[in-house]
Amino acid sequence: MKAVDKMAIGEMVSETATDKMATGKIDILNLNLFYGAFQALRGITLTAPERAVTALIGPSGCGKSTLLKTINRLNDLSEGCRVEGRVLLDGADIYDDADVYTLRRRVGMVFQKPNPFPMSVYDNVAFGPRTHGVRSRASLDAAVEASLRRAAIWDEVKDRLNKSALLLSGGQQQRLCIARALAVEPEVLLLDEPTSALDPISTAKIEELASELKKTYTIVIVTHNMQQAARISDKTAFLLLGELVELGDTGQIFTAPRDKRTEDYITGRFG
Amino acid sequence: MKQLNVAALPSQLQSPPQSSQSSQQSQQPRVIALGSATARTAPRLQSRRPRRMLSALLRAMVTISAAITALIILLVVGYIVAQGVSHLSPRLFELKYTSENVSMTPAIIGTLAMTALALAISAPIGIFSAVYLAEYARRGNRLVRAVRLAAETLAGIPSIVYGLFGALLFNRLWGYSLLAGAATLALMLLPLIMRTAEEALLAVPDMYREGGFGLGAGRLRVVFSITLPAASRGVVAGVILAVGRAVGETAALIFTSGTAPELPRSLLSSVRTLSVHMYVLSNEGLFIDQAYATAFILLLLTTGINALSVFAARRAGRAGK
Amino acid sequence: MRAVFLAAACVCMLAVALITLFLLANGLPAFGKIGALKFLTGTLWRPGNDIYGVAPMILGSLYVTAGAVALGAPVGVLTGVYLARFCPRRARGTLRQAVNLLSGIPSVVYGFFGLVALAPTISRVFGGSGRNMLTASLLLGLMILPTVISVTETSVSAVPDSCYQGALALGATHERAVFSAVLPAARSGVTTGIALGVARAIGEATAVVMVAGNQPAMPSGLLRGLRTLTANIVLEMGYAADLHKGALAATAVTLFVFTLGVNVLLSLGRGRRRV
Repeated sequence: MKAVDKMAIGEMVSETATDKMATGKIDILNLNLFYGAFQALRGITLTAPERAVTALIGPSGCGKSTLLKTINRLNDLSEGCRVEGRVLLDGADIYDDADVYTLRRRVGMVFQKPNPFPMSVYDNVAFGPRTHGVRSRASLDAAVEASLRRAAIWDEVKDRLNKSALLLSGGQQQRLCIARALAVEPEVLLLDEPTSALDPISTAKIEELASELKKTYTIVIVTHNMQQAARISDKTAFLLLGELVELGDTGQIFTAPRDKRTEDYITGRFG
Repeated sequence: MKQLNVAALPSQLQSPPQSSQSSQQSQQPRVIALGSATARTAPRLQSRRPRRMLSALLRAMVTISAAITALIILLVVGYIVAQGVSHLSPRLFELKYTSENVSMTPAIIGTLAMTALALAISAPIGIFSAVYLAEYARRGNRLVRAVRLAAETLAGIPSIVYGLFGALLFNRLWGYSLLAGAATLALMLLPLIMRTAEEALLAVPDMYREGGFGLGAGRLRVVFSITLPAASRGVVAGVILAVGRAVGETAALIFTSGTAPELPRSLLSSVRTLSVHMYVLSNEGLFIDQAYATAFILLLLTTGINALSVFAARRAGRAGK
Repeated sequence: MRAVFLAAACVCMLAVALITLFLLANGLPAFGKIGALKFLTGTLWRPGNDIYGVAPMILGSLYVTAGAVALGAPVGVLTGVYLARFCPRRARGTLRQAVNLLSGIPSVVYGFFGLVALAPTISRVFGGSGRNMLTASLLLGLMILPTVISVTETSVSAVPDSCYQGALALGATHERAVFSAVLPAARSGVTTGIALGVARAIGEATAVVMVAGNQPAMPSGLLRGLRTLTANIVLEMGYAADLHKGALAATAVTLFVFTLGVNVLLSLGRGRRRV
């Protein structure tokens, strides 16, 4: 009995989606995601515009990290994870193309806790290019320097490129991870609560960096911190219990939310 | 990849372009858009061939290694079981060892006596020192570190060195004897029993102890009525592991307990354990068939004991939760 | 009662002291009488003529241990990696139990297997008696497998998943992520596993004595027999007396120093990991 309803919804969504085709770098269309029997995402439709920051906000467990990980298919790893609907990158469905490695090269990710590999600063940044077949020392050197500069950490580490990355401070480690992600020349950067484990000064540096990076990259950021979303993002999406409640320009979401639940959340009434 | 079952879903849940021919036709403009987008990104899809080959090579390497390991296990165990079973005969279990019939019964009894005696010496010392380390000493003090270092050193000494030491000290006191062998073996097992017991005790949550102290119990009472019982399965698992080690030991015993193939009459009579029996048989080279059978029995014994220890440890883990 | 516990805790230290003392008391005089240098570098071992040079056995122990590690460590490490990161979940338990089974087999049974299965096979393929350096290395390599496998598996499994996911997010394949990001993070654990294997191989007596040939001469090839330090003690302890006995104790001292060296390296590695 429900099948009929869903079909109707599906068609409706795909019609509206067609209109949005050209607009976004990333288009997510009617996305449902299940972990076994549990449905973590329900009918999400969302567009992330090119060279802009899109923030995903919502209380813990609302599915924002899960949504983020569908964009580079890191959810593939989870046991019993099943995805329906479409995720388009430049209009091409990333779940159609089996080449997940190229996808992850185009869509970089920075994790909640800094996760430098237990090797030197240089080797950390060179990991990606080496993975993708860059061998020559000169190109690696160039890529490492350029990425570290873009991540605004070059000056701090240029004298200890051969020291272990684990000796850096937390904030430096996180910027190193951003540099590492940039080194494979991605088009999109996914940031999964990148400052939640950092002190305020490091946080400010990362935020500044994000604003700078959006001139080149499309950025999707998950954050717990509403001020952060307000400061750095252009678009904001509010998720609740696996559903997208509201998506709009950041200014509008934070000043004139259309949905009562969004208003309750950003004014701190729950979450 | 395999978890993603988009294709297996009921088609009405999917968005139209993927699901069927008819809907693809109705979405014609979009398909073209899709195609052009894919074309734009196509060049990036190349340049990955050699990397994939390296990955395939790595995967082949680990798989082959695992296969070699599995093969080795099958070969060793299979060989001993097959040969051993076919050479078993009831005569090998007669009570008396003679030069015509190298019965292993005296050696089995010798093994039991030897293991029991070694444990009787080693288990209390090992468990008591674990109690001291875990319950009495302040964590990280100098004595604790010294004892741990000593235990690590003991654990690293080769068994033949124990054997030589036993021969130099215990044999001078008691001659080739059950007692000399057991004393040597006890030293060898001490670090194993101590370490596992200490770990089991440290795994007992502090709130148990605090609960005991809160009721006015003294430290000794807390140890014997609360922490040791709570850690008992872990302690037992360690002791069983030590039994397995004792049953399999040869080098430490040849020159301490000797190789007399008779039933032990007293603590001071020489005995041979099953492992020593096995060593003597295969060295003499006269009773290879019987050695096959003995190897099988020995394998059965040690495997059973180790399985028992794993079982105890697993139940310990469950009890801990 | 506290005193009883304390006394028990001191037994360990007492044992180490006693063992060291007895070995030295019996070995040092022999070192003195023979001459330490002559003992350690002498290439002849003729107890009948009171000539005691232990260099062949030192080399024998080193060669056989190196051979065991060369054969056993790669297979062991890769199998450990397989168990931790490649094995289908259903097969994992079975394979792990099989490895445990291997680790529980007594040395004498390994030695017997070497004697009746391995040595004849080597003999058939390469000629000779089949009791030689190659057979001993193979057998020891097999014996250290379970240690290397389980320590490797434990340390690879203990690497936080963020390390693995970080590599995947850069577009690495599963294999590359495991070998280039996860395995380096588990390096110290893997080294510990191999060092434990070395300790076991160098200290093994029973199994080696059954397959190594035991000629007290300088090792002269893969297919020639050799004698290890451990074998030297096992073979002659039964009838040695006087200076001969002392020389065997001195052999044990030498062996003890070697294993102590491995242990010190081990605890150094462990200390660094904690930092």
